[in-house]
Amino acid sequence: MGMRKEVKKWFIAFLIVWVLIADLPFLFMAFTSFKTQMDLLTGAVWELPKQPTFSNYLTVFKGNFISYFKNSIIAVSLSVVLILLISSMSAYVFARAKFKLNSALYSLIIAGMAIPIHVTLIPIYLLTKRIGVYDNIFGLIGPYVALSLPMSVFILTEFMREIPVELEKAAKIDGCSFFRIYSDIILPLSKPALITVAIYNGTYLWNEFIFALVLTSSPSKRTLPLGIWDFQGQYGSDIPAIMAFLTLSLLPMLIAYILGQDKIIKGMMAGAVKG
Amino acid sequence: MLRRFLRINKTKDSGVSERFGIVLFLLPTIILIGVYIIYPIIMSFWLSLYEWDGISPTKQFVKFKNWVDLLNDSVFWHSLTNNIKIIILSLLIQIPLAILIAVIIDRGGKRFDIFKSLFYLPMLMSSVAIGVLFKYVYDPQFGLISAILNLLHLENLAKDWLGDPSIALYSVIAVICWQYIPFYMIFFIAAISNIPQELYEAAKIDGATQTQYFWKIEIPLLLPSIKTACILSLIGSLKYFDLIYVMTEGGPAGATELMATYMYKSAFASFKMGYGSTIASAMFIIITTAGIIAYFATRQKEA
Repeated sequence: MGMRKEVKKWFIAFLIVWVLIADLPFLFMAFTSFKTQMDLLTGAVWELPKQPTFSNYLTVFKGNFISYFKNSIIAVSLSVVLILLISSMSAYVFARAKFKLNSALYSLIIAGMAIPIHVTLIPIYLLTKRIGVYDNIFGLIGPYVALSLPMSVFILTEFMREIPVELEKAAKIDGCSFFRIYSDIILPLSKPALITVAIYNGTYLWNEFIFALVLTSSPSKRTLPLGIWDFQGQYGSDIPAIMAFLTLSLLPMLIAYILGQDKIIKGMMAGAVKG
Repeated sequence: MLRRFLRINKTKDSGVSERFGIVLFLLPTIILIGVYIIYPIIMSFWLSLYEWDGISPTKQFVKFKNWVDLLNDSVFWHSLTNNIKIIILSLLIQIPLAILIAVIIDRGGKRFDIFKSLFYLPMLMSSVAIGVLFKYVYDPQFGLISAILNLLHLENLAKDWLGDPSIALYSVIAVICWQYIPFYMIFFIAAISNIPQELYEAAKIDGATQTQYFWKIEIPLLLPSIKTACILSLIGSLKYFDLIYVMTEGGPAGATELMATYMYKSAFASFKMGYGSTIASAMFIIITTAGIIAYFATRQKEA
């Protein structure tokens, strides 16, 4: 945007107050994570740690942090890869292929965006137990992928509809098959939408809690949000250790945000475009 | 690797290969949505007709008993009321504040980008992490809030924020606002940036003040975005689970119980799968109806 209007003093004052509201809890978290339990008991919240200690971080790493982290990476990356592949395949069909059921099927699938996922929770739990993938990272991937599909198919279909048809027509004359057009023309051209879909689902699933809570039970099979929950239950009175765990769990998202602020924001906002 | 695999399927007869391709490309989506969305919705309603602990081999068919119980269940009505309180307060607090912040940031232009980044931080944290963090922010002894009150010599305002049933829900709502205002802020910043710059210049030439510009141009032009934000907030408020479950587990004494926490506890703590399914199905009906009403209510006015 071009030059903006003059800025009043109370605007700045308001923004500074809001910075405090939005960010003080993060400072509180980070500071406390370097305190000893003794510092916490004797000093005021504002006081810096007398002797910054990493022992809380050691406590976290001695627990299951690495395993939670690894499980999250596996569950989220596998899910995102499958979401991208499966939703782009369907989106290509919905955007281009002419067949009778096209728009009816498309409407049915994107209607899934409006479904409150809670209604699926109990049946998915029972199903997961029955097919023997309860307490298994792979038991999470099915629901993660399926519940992400409506939105992903929607974003990709709308995007692919904007790709000029001429490119495909030319490719068809050159003898390219349905599959070649998808893999060599549509997919590369859809890269911006694929990135948005990846970020949207990646951030959502990285933080997903209720399905992981219901579909897993042992610490070695749980994801990072469950790790926070388990750790908090176990170390409830060790506030500095909990703050260290929270700080560590925020780091990946914070790094991702610093590296690709605009893309992250766009991805996270993707959920709002459906309105 | 994928490409090589797909090349194998290349055939000269594009008619056959295209029909085959359509089916092949749709199959994974249809199967997954069938298994993990459509089947569970039907199953939820089906299970709501049974009494079942989820473990024993036989379910007891009880017809609409669970539904009758639900209608007479004061805990359910109380949790729905809590959901509605969250809707109202979220709308009243989140949307106006987010618009105000977005407008101010817009006035500053590039200079204020740093504020945008700083304000966005809460969005990066998972609801679970936020819930755990605020449990300690609210801690009467070691928490940030009591420290701030001490600093301002307002010790007598200190409360047991999450432990007192009469204020716990409002403490939780404050955290919800803290978490979601950044989302709506970015949403409105994007919407404001779509307002043509010429309009501002024209208003300036006509001698409009900033306040007039805000009420006469920005707000009317933002109306569609405001409606979308309200629908998002409405639907979101009916589904809250993570944050509240982590912070209070619905307590103290049910003060922060929501439909989703009650559903989870019925099914997975009390092992009443049938009743849990009834609550889930009721949530489905309430949320879908609210969504449809909100959608058409806002649509008509636009026409």
